[in-house]
Amino acid sequence: MLGSLRTCKRVLGIISVAALSVAMFGACGSSSADSGTGRVYYLNKKAEEQSTWVKLGQQFQKETGIPVQIQTGGNDYDATLRSEMAKQKAPTMFQADGPSFMKSWTSYAADLSGTTLYKSLSSEYKDSSLTNDSGKPIAVPYAVESYGIIYNKALLKKYFDSSWSSVKSISDLNNFKALKKVADEIQAHKSDLGVKGAFSSAGMDTSSLFRYNYHMATNPVYFEVKSKNESVTKVPKSLKGTYVKYMKNLWDLYLKDSTVVPSAISGKTMDDSAAEFSTGQAVFFQDGTWSYNDIKDQSVSDSDLGVLPMYMGVPNEEDQGLNQVISNYWVVNSKASTADQKATEKFLAWLVNSKDSRKTISQTMGLVTPFKTFDSSEYQVSNPLVAANREYEKAGKKSVTLIPDPSHQWEEDLGSALLSYAQGKGSWSSVKKVYTDNWASEYKLTYDN
Amino acid sequence: MLTMKGKAIRRWWPLFVLPTLISFLLGFITPLIQGMYLSFTSFTTVSDAVWVGLKNYRRALQDPEFLHAFWFTLLFTIVTTILVNILAFFVAYMFTKAMKGAKIFRSVFFMPNLIGGIILGYIWQLLLNGVLAHWNISLTYSATYGFWGMVILVCWQQIGYMMVIYIAGLQNVPNDLIEAAAVDGASSKQILYKITIPMMMPSITVCSFLTVTNGFKMFDQNLALTNGEPSNSSEMLALNIYNTFYGRAGFEGVGQAKAVIFLLVVAVIAIIQNRITTRKEVQA
Repeated sequence: MLGSLRTCKRVLGIISVAALSVAMFGACGSSSADSGTGRVYYLNKKAEEQSTWVKLGQQFQKETGIPVQIQTGGNDYDATLRSEMAKQKAPTMFQADGPSFMKSWTSYAADLSGTTLYKSLSSEYKDSSLTNDSGKPIAVPYAVESYGIIYNKALLKKYFDSSWSSVKSISDLNNFKALKKVADEIQAHKSDLGVKGAFSSAGMDTSSLFRYNYHMATNPVYFEVKSKNESVTKVPKSLKGTYVKYMKNLWDLYLKDSTVVPSAISGKTMDDSAAEFSTGQAVFFQDGTWSYNDIKDQSVSDSDLGVLPMYMGVPNEEDQGLNQVISNYWVVNSKASTADQKATEKFLAWLVNSKDSRKTISQTMGLVTPFKTFDSSEYQVSNPLVAANREYEKAGKKSVTLIPDPSHQWEEDLGSALLSYAQGKGSWSSVKKVYTDNWASEYKLTYDN
Repeated sequence: MLTMKGKAIRRWWPLFVLPTLISFLLGFITPLIQGMYLSFTSFTTVSDAVWVGLKNYRRALQDPEFLHAFWFTLLFTIVTTILVNILAFFVAYMFTKAMKGAKIFRSVFFMPNLIGGIILGYIWQLLLNGVLAHWNISLTYSATYGFWGMVILVCWQQIGYMMVIYIAGLQNVPNDLIEAAAVDGASSKQILYKITIPMMMPSITVCSFLTVTNGFKMFDQNLALTNGEPSNSSEMLALNIYNTFYGRAGFEGVGQAKAVIFLLVVAVIAIIQNRITTRKEVQA
């Protein structure tokens, strides 16, 4: 009797422990049931557009019955992607920002050469896809952005009309010499124009640093790569730094003719700089089409927004257009099941072909895409900064393409050299050294494993 | 002679320890071992690791920024350990003396601990940058400003916490010892150095251990206050490890290797520190 009671207790005990453990395991595991239709799971990098993406996903799900899940990677996209990709129900598609990023993820990227998405690319952007070792496209760009020196037309007109100005029209402002003259004169007469400086602050805070250690930094690389007739989509192995001296012209100008003294730039943020421009405290502001949302509906009206190419004094720069940057690519996870990959490819094809999604992408999100399916006028983005780029292209100006750099570390190194130079602690030769020595060593560390 | 209850416990304990043990194994031991394993591999996600041997360790030790972060962190830890402990002891000493409103002050001093490091970091960034703006510079002008900014922040945050431990220690110093010393004609300075501090050594061990390890492990305050700027020169070890992970393609394992080195260094230093202060502990 006692014995059976004991056994009973023991059994009960084991059951309760087992139940506890099962509950625990159950929480971390996942049940995987692959349906025949496949599924789509998009890990989206742009948190600000998340709700719009979710709506698009729901619509696709309603039309096709394929379940769509869209999650945002938030501030720490890299970390989220790493943990999500290790899961059983991993994202079936994700976003890449360039070749350095794809270097880590090549083994997760499916060949997209046969997909509708890739075939929908305009011919001039086919080469902009990132490729794997065998030359197959694995990351397809979906947004093309341009940048340059955004200017306030009303303030500049005030300058042209002043008795003390020596440049009298925007058409004369087509090289670095003219830009320097205009900026210097505005700086000298800033109280007459009611501004705090010609250029908004060149913030070196993390939020704004990319404008200089990535966007401005590409010009010397581009001109060197072009002079050597090399590919603009590959990371060059090494650089001579022949064109770095021209960047000094522009950087000096940003520092001297600014709303703030150089000692203050280390703490100046993107918000500071955008606010100075959008409230009319500065005439010039280096940034791109994406900043339109931050500067619109304030004291500078849309019709007063113009963009100048980033003139640095490079020979024949009168023909130069705006800088073009592609930092948004779609990648399909090659480790997802075949059904999931098929479903994802279908979703991507739908995104660039369906009427509704094209409308949403171009009008609600305001993205300029590299797809020929967006060519008709109803899918043109209404953004004056985008319109400015179209004008330059129509006038046959030559765009400057952003050349990928070897690593984030290289950007960090350049940022620190630029800041030291600005604060008077470092020389320009150390900036040039980052282009030559650090470029080569970073390339080695990242690519010659 | 065991009671029925005792017998039952002896027989059944393994079963009831099991859930906790499994969680401990899953949530602590497994990640630790996997983390160590990953430091010898090249990986993008934790499930596709490829063994590369000691390459990550070589790269970690060749990184000048890692070494800079190490010295920066060491200096920071030394400065904050000394400052926080002396000030916390002083404040605790003050508040155990008869003083009006001591309880309210204790709570006030403890309060910074209840605010998260990231929020503290941003609040102090606003305050310090507001002051520095008079000279047209900010915290990120050079690493020196960032360093002292973080020292101020950490003192402000931790003094209250250490104070509570010191108060408990002070209240445990037997009154009869102090009275006897006073009767024998010891000055208050002598009482402090010859009786109170030696009797307080257990609290000092605990507090210095906490400040040393907190100093080494500091991450969120560093991230919020300076984020390593300018150009990673105010970057401490934990932030450096975090940034290494994403700094270059293929450097995930190097970050992992740095984390293992970091673990060993902090463990060794904490053990040494513990030995030194424990040896000074006395019995009443």
